[in-house]
Amino acid sequence: MKNFEQKIFPYLLLLPTIAIFGVFLFFPALNGLWISFTKWDGINPQEFVGLKNYIKLAGDKDFLTSFFSTMFYTCLSVPAIFISALMLALILTRRIKGSNFFRAVFYWPTMISSIIVGLTWRFLLGEDFGVINYLLTVMGNSPVKWLTNPKAAMAVVIFVTAWSMAGYYMVMFIAGIKAISETYYEAADIDGAGFWQQFRYITLPLLKPTSLLVLVLSTVTVIKAYPLIYALTQGGPAGTTKFMVQMIQETGFEKNQMGYACAMTTVLFIILAVLTFVQFRLNRGGEQDAN
Amino acid sequence: MQTKKRKKTGWSILLGVLLFFLTFLFLMPIIWVIGSSFKSTGELFSWPPSLFGKSPSWNNYIKALEEGDFTGYFLNTVFVSIVATILTVIVNVMSGYAFAKYRFKGQTVLFGIVLATLMVPLEVIMIPIFKVIVATNLYNSLWGLIIPAVASPTAVFLVKQYYAGIPDAYMEAARIDGASETNIFLKIMLPLAKPIISVLCIFSFMWRWNDYLWPKLVINSKTKYTMQLALANFSGEYSVDWNSLLAMSVISMIPVIIVFVSLQKYIIGGMTAGGVKG
Repeated sequence: MKNFEQKIFPYLLLLPTIAIFGVFLFFPALNGLWISFTKWDGINPQEFVGLKNYIKLAGDKDFLTSFFSTMFYTCLSVPAIFISALMLALILTRRIKGSNFFRAVFYWPTMISSIIVGLTWRFLLGEDFGVINYLLTVMGNSPVKWLTNPKAAMAVVIFVTAWSMAGYYMVMFIAGIKAISETYYEAADIDGAGFWQQFRYITLPLLKPTSLLVLVLSTVTVIKAYPLIYALTQGGPAGTTKFMVQMIQETGFEKNQMGYACAMTTVLFIILAVLTFVQFRLNRGGEQDAN
Repeated sequence: MQTKKRKKTGWSILLGVLLFFLTFLFLMPIIWVIGSSFKSTGELFSWPPSLFGKSPSWNNYIKALEEGDFTGYFLNTVFVSIVATILTVIVNVMSGYAFAKYRFKGQTVLFGIVLATLMVPLEVIMIPIFKVIVATNLYNSLWGLIIPAVASPTAVFLVKQYYAGIPDAYMEAARIDGASETNIFLKIMLPLAKPIISVLCIFSFMWRWNDYLWPKLVINSKTKYTMQLALANFSGEYSVDWNSLLAMSVISMIPVIIVFVSLQKYIIGGMTAGGVKG
């Protein structure tokens, strides 16, 4: 028999969490959807305009450029993160001295704020004074306009993203690899399978659940990239690295087109919602495997 | 056998070289920033560069602390990070405990709500949250950085999972002895949660310390800047004052370095604990 206190206590415990989620998350989420159907500058009353914002979106060159460059950036960053994280994990799961030290070294960039990561690389890649261009000139090359040449800037942004996030997913891969039973590798050794064959036929297939999770989680993170990019390139040169979150932020708060910015948000939300749903499914799959 | 052995030494040399290169790649940028923060303006932009410059000095730090409002940004960040961490622990331990240790009406729905919050990151509600922040009088207030992000689905999951591993017998025994639910929570179950509370503290503190988007949305006046907001805004100015910027970056990294070096085992170990086997 539960007494009254036992019945009411869990609700009291949950009250702050639910209240905060309600006021600062669900209400704004629904409100945002409503704002996307209105014209609103943030000060004057909202004016209902139906689907006008969405129609405008489909023909807005700036938005489409930002959308496609976000996709381009995501499609290259995610494999870059994936491959570097997996590579680091494979190195560290071999029996090497000081693997804890190296693990800390590779994980370290994920602890620093995105702003500082961006500033650090902007400092290293400075055109006239950066140490990287200095090294290039010493080796007889001409300095590269790392952050003012559109193609170079995109490459830099992708590289720095992978540099700052590889360590995080490396830890997930290490856990996944260590969970694979040694006996598979022992059997493969007896059969004379080399490193590459063992990787191809044992590690990679058995790592599939981890790999899928890494892919989804890194995509969700990368697609929202903003502080890192802002500190590194400010979205430049000429908007080449202005991705969706920065676009929404500027449209809403600098151009004061709140309704239009909310319509852009809906596009981002749909992409993220699909990915998060996939992530749930993967997690559930993992649990069933474990049981 | 002979060739196999030689092949193995070849591999380990290659591995050693690779590890050296990777360590350089991951550590050097930050070390270079730290070194450069001791250089004078002239030396910052002169070639050939050296790690600490010819005459390293604390001038950049002294300048940052004396002239700018940097001390204020530092104190703002400390205040926000500490208060937010305390509240985050309280709020999420409460709800995680409720989900793990009680059966109540609407439990599935409420847990579904917590799960659903994962689909709505701040980036997706930037515009409407601004309206809420203004309406709740939190705009341009440090409390506006603290309160809205106190509840975290990740923290709720962590606590829930942790408490699921603690037997209900503790609670039942206390109930038979006539303890109230509040006392069971505060005097028995809360002390048992120390390990997970430490993990929450580390992550919550680091997250707040490094956060940029919330301050960007909520804070308007310079006196209320956090360090990340100040760094980002100053780096966006037309002529970037790298001397101050580097010194500020290094100062803002110090707590992170301390936490990471001393608690590294918890931070990385926490993620891998499940699969470690020697």
